[in-house]
Formats: sequence, C-alpha cells, structure tokens
Amino acid sequence: MSIDLRRRRSVGDIVEKRLDLGEGEILRVKDLVVKFYTYAGVVHAVSSVSFYVKEGETISLVGETGCGKSVTTRAITRLIESPGRIEGGSVLFRRRSGQVVDLLKLDPETLRQIRGNEIAYIFQDPTSSLDPLYTIGYHIHETIKAHSKNAVKKETLKKAIDLLRQVLIPSPEVRVKNYPHEMSGGMRQRSVIAISLSNTPRLLIADEPTTNLDVTIQAQILDLMRKLQERYRMGVILITHNLGVVADVADRVYVMYAGKIVEEGSVEQIFYNPQHPYTKLLLRAVPDPTKRIEKLESIPGIVPSLINPPPGCRFQPRCPFAIDKCSRVEPPMIEVEDGHGAACWLLEKK
Amino acid sequence: MEFIYRFLKKLIWIYAGMRERISGGWIQKNSSRIREWELMAYAYSKSPIGVIGGLIVFITFILAVIGPMISWEPYWEYKIVINETYRYMPPCLPPSCSGSPLLGTDEWGRDLLAMSLYGVRISFVISIVVVLLGAPLGIILGLIAGYKGGLIDEVIMRLTDIFLAFPGLVLAIAFASILPQRIRGLLESNDLLRAFFAGLFGLREKEYAQIAALISIWLAMVIVWWPGYARIVRGSVLSVREMPFIEAAKLSGLSTWSILFKHILPNVISPILVMMTFDIATATLFAAALSFLGLGPQEPVPELGFIISKAGYWFPESSSHVVIYLGIVLLTMALGWNLLGDALRDVLDPRTRRAIEYRLEKKEKRG
Repeated sequence: MSIDLRRRRSVGDIVEKRLDLGEGEILRVKDLVVKFYTYAGVVHAVSSVSFYVKEGETISLVGETGCGKSVTTRAITRLIESPGRIEGGSVLFRRRSGQVVDLLKLDPETLRQIRGNEIAYIFQDPTSSLDPLYTIGYHIHETIKAHSKNAVKKETLKKAIDLLRQVLIPSPEVRVKNYPHEMSGGMRQRSVIAISLSNTPRLLIADEPTTNLDVTIQAQILDLMRKLQERYRMGVILITHNLGVVADVADRVYVMYAGKIVEEGSVEQIFYNPQHPYTKLLLRAVPDPTKRIEKLESIPGIVPSLINPPPGCRFQPRCPFAIDKCSRVEPPMIEVEDGHGAACWLLEKK
Repeated sequence: MEFIYRFLKKLIWIYAGMRERISGGWIQKNSSRIREWELMAYAYSKSPIGVIGGLIVFITFILAVIGPMISWEPYWEYKIVINETYRYMPPCLPPSCSGSPLLGTDEWGRDLLAMSLYGVRISFVISIVVVLLGAPLGIILGLIAGYKGGLIDEVIMRLTDIFLAFPGLVLAIAFASILPQRIRGLLESNDLLRAFFAGLFGLREKEYAQIAALISIWLAMVIVWWPGYARIVRGSVLSVREMPFIEAAKLSGLSTWSILFKHILPNVISPILVMMTFDIATATLFAAALSFLGLGPQEPVPELGFIISKAGYWFPESSSHVVIYLGIVLLTMALGWNLLGDALRDVLDPRTRRAIEYRLEKKEKRG
C-alpha cells in the first residue's frame, strides 16, 4: 500500500514540473495532505484530496463539521499554522498573467502578493473577520494598498463606495465610514464580500458565507455572489454543510468525509444520482419543508477520530451497506459517469 | 466635573480645527473619531478619582517644567558655610514665625521647598522616560514573540525570563554601578549632549558627573523595565492573533509588519496604556530608591531620594520634617499617576464606557 502511494506521488511530481493546467482551469489541487501534530497524536485532517476549479465556475465542498473542508481551503494559500503541516501534494494556480505556479512551493512574498489580490476569502463570521477598530472604507483601502503601493486614499475610498454599491449596501457614501459594530449582520457580510472583491480576484473562497445569517439574508447574499461571479468571471469555492445552498449556486460538488473526498460530480449528478452511501444518507437527512415528518433523519454513529482513522474506507463503520472489503482496503475513486465519481467498493461490481 | 468635560471637549475641537486647517474636510471625514474622543472625555470627567489624579499629574507636570526656573534658591549654594545654624531648620509656618524658609532647610541649609522643585523635575523626567523607552522595547519584543511563535518566541521569552529571574532592584543596582564611568566619558567629550541632558534635568552643565549618574539610573531602569511589558504583550497577542480578522488580514495579503502594527497592536494597547501610567508611578519611587541607596547623583544635586537618604543620619531628631515632606511629594506624584491609571482603565474598557456614554447621549437628547 505504501509503495503504491509513493509511486502515485512521484507521478504527481512529474506533472508538477510541467505545471500543467487543463483548458480554462484556474486551480488544481492534487493529492493534498495536511496533518496536525498534536499532543494526542497526528491528526490526518486532509488525506490526498484532489479537485479543480474552472474559470467562472462555482464548486462546492460539502461535508459535516470537522471533515477538513476549511483546512483544505486554508492549505491552498498555505495558511496552516503550527502544529499543522502541509505534507504533500500540489496546488497549481494560474495567475492573472497566465503563469502557472505551485502555491505550495512559492516564496512567501509572491504568495503574499497572490493572497487578497488573486485569491480572496470570505469567512463564516463577518462579525469577527472585520477589525473592530477600523471602518469598512479603511479595510478596503488597506486591501488595495497591500497590492499596489501607490494607491491614494482618496481614490481607494471612491472605489470602496463603488464596491459597497455593487454589493447592494444602501447609501454607501455613509456606510463607508461606518465601523463594523455600526452595521447589521447581513450588511457586515456584504461588506466582507466587498472587501474580498477589492482587487477583483480570480478565485474566491467562501467559507460558509451564509451560516451565521438568517434565511432571507442568506438568499440575498447567495444571489449577490452569483451575480458578482458572472460579472467578474471568478472561480468560486464554496464551503458549506447546507445542501440547499449547494443546489442553489454550485456547478460541481465535492462531498468530503473525514478528510477525504468521497464523491464528486456535477450538481445534478450528485443530487439526482448519488452513488456513495454517505452522499445518499446526507441527502436524506435534509428535511423537506413541504412534508410533515415524525422524526428528522440522521446518519447513525459519529465522525471517526482523525487521529486513528479506521482502516479501509473511512465511512465503513457507519455505512449500512459495508462489505468485508471495505474495512481492509481503501476504495479508489471509481468513475460512474462522465465527471462523476465516488470512492466506494460497492461500485466496483458494476 | 462639568467644566473638565467642557475643557477637554474644547481641546479636542482645537486639535480638530488644526487638522482641518492643514487638510480641508478632516473634521467631516473623522466625525466618528471625534465623537469617540468626546465620549472618552465625558467618561473620564465622570470619574472624580480620575479627575483628581489627572489634576495631580498636571500640576506635577507644570512644576516639573517651570520648577527649576522659578526656584528661588540655587541648589549649589550652601548656606551653612555662612551660618552653621541653617542646618536642618524646622518648618516655619507664617503666624508663628516669618522670614525663614517655610518648610525648613536640608543638611546644607538650602530651602527645602526650593530644592523639591528641582527634585520634581528630575523624578518626573526619569520616570516618564524610563517608561517611554522601556515600554516600547518590551512591546515590540512581545509583539514579535507572540506573533511569530516557535523558536523566536522561545528565545525572546527565555531572555525575558532571565531578566525577570533577577530581582529588579538588584539588577538595576548592578547596571547603575557599572554604567556611570562610560557615560561620564561620553558627556565629557560631547558638548551638545552635555547641554541637552543638563537642560533636561534642570541642572548645570558643570555637574556632568552627576548627570552621568542620573542617566545610568535611567538606563539601568530601562534595562530592567521591558520584560514585564514583553510578557504581557505576548500574552495578549496570543489571544488576538487567533481572531478571524487577523486571518482575514493575512489572507488579504498584508505584510507581517502592517498586521502587527495596524491590527494587533491597536487591539492590545489599552491594557498596556493603563499599565504604563501605573509604571510611571512605580518608576518615580524606584528611581528615588536607587538614589537613596547611593547609586544616583551625589552632592549638590537635589534628587529627592538622595536628600531623604542624607536626612536619615539625623532622623528623627532634627530631620523628620525633610523625610516627611519629601516623602509626601514622592507619594503624591506616584498617587497622581495611579489614580489616573485607574480612571484610564475605566475609560478604555468598552463595557464600562458604553454605560457612561449612554448617560451622555440621554443627557444630550434632553438638553
């Protein structure tokens, strides 16, 4: 098994040397491995995750809390702090200039130039991702200033007002001077989006952008993000555990479980023809508001400890369809139809 | 306390007016900042203790600035040379006697009140500068240690531990006893430096040897002063750097320095400011203690701690008034800073301030 892994990594190395990206792709993550070295043991937070994002496309990483979604996206721009370590894989990114770089091998200064400029983030909690001591206008000014040294405050503030207008904040001329605590939650999240757009990034990573908002605001924010994406032709990685949001905005979906991608495919393929037992159970757990139900469905069991992940398939202890092979050998990604694959031994027979 | 608020408000608006004159539209652009200042001023004026502390500090400041100029007796003239009876004259209050010094005289027959004016300048300058030099050193080291973590953190914090492991006074004594010779040589050769420090302490240039001793207390205190700040700042940085907005700043491509000074420092500074005011009080007493132990300047410099230590030989029979009066002076200076620090803590703590601001808003709506 270990020999097999090593060979796969060496093949990856050859690809890295050529730094190839497919047509229209702006990001390709290959065999990403992130581990956390804690006192309790080594946490295998992300194990061999691969995915890609095309220009103007929204992909979605879906999974339960603690399955490694956020860690994956943080690893893209190497924002993994000690005791975490990125142990392997590559993250190829096509820069604005057309040059393809491996973000995991880049020097810190070039990486800094990419962060916030070509790759922007939106965080889950808009309240705490804004510095309480500065106005919204200052946040935008600062983000622009970090990437063009000769930015003038007067012009960046004009740009800030323009951006706030684009994210549909009423009376942006006033709001630009507001401090975070002077705004409502939805407005703060829209400001965060405006800040992330300040350098017109090529890739936007939204980490549960609507989790802390109520449902009506959620819809507005998602709608807004979709419109902005069309305007700027950005690639978007949307992290969420809300399948309703996924169905609404995503083009392609990656389902993650315990640090691994268990199923990938277009949003139709995943929702109408789920292959992996985990995806099936996850979809069944979404309540349908039009039907009266006695009890909410849930997946029995708990997410396995990532310090000692179960051998073989990581979902096997909770899987109602598990067969003997599942607990011994790790299933590879098996392609079911074009662009639709699932890591499950049950599909092998077909 | 209404007039304090009105006075501070006027000061704020004078400052704003100056900024407005330099760059037009400043007031309009920074209206929320000015408002914040006004609210702080209001919160401060609502604390009687803070106002008293502020007044004491203000008076000490004025005395420190003009003291050596208005002092009616030069400290280098020893009256006992003319008349031996001038030594340790008791205080003389107007109704019972007149003509002789109000608060008595010291060992050399100099008017104690006049000498304390020189002494206040020296104490004030030393305490402020020690904190203004020591605190930034500690703050910068603490910021770097807390933010960078790993080996850098380990090295800086172990160094801090080494400094903290020595009793501060003992370490300061060690430094204060080896530093003067070097500084003396420097002052001897450099006229400009000599004139600057003489002016700063309100002493004559001739006494550069004593000035060297003062500066060495100074440096000794700076050397023992920073570790406390480094530790506290590091602790606060550790909690602030985990805040999502720091991660957001990193992800928007800010450089490490601008994250440190624009986002982390302003978020940890308020407890540090409070600590600095408390420390100015401690430094006043610490400097007096060092010169009491004989490490500071010698004759004829009227350093408060030094005069007290001299008076100790005749205590309590003839010199109790010196010890009591100068003790009160030192106590008052330290007390002023402590009270101010207490009020500052309330003003800078958003929770207590909100409650006070709410009252102001209600009041403004009414009137």
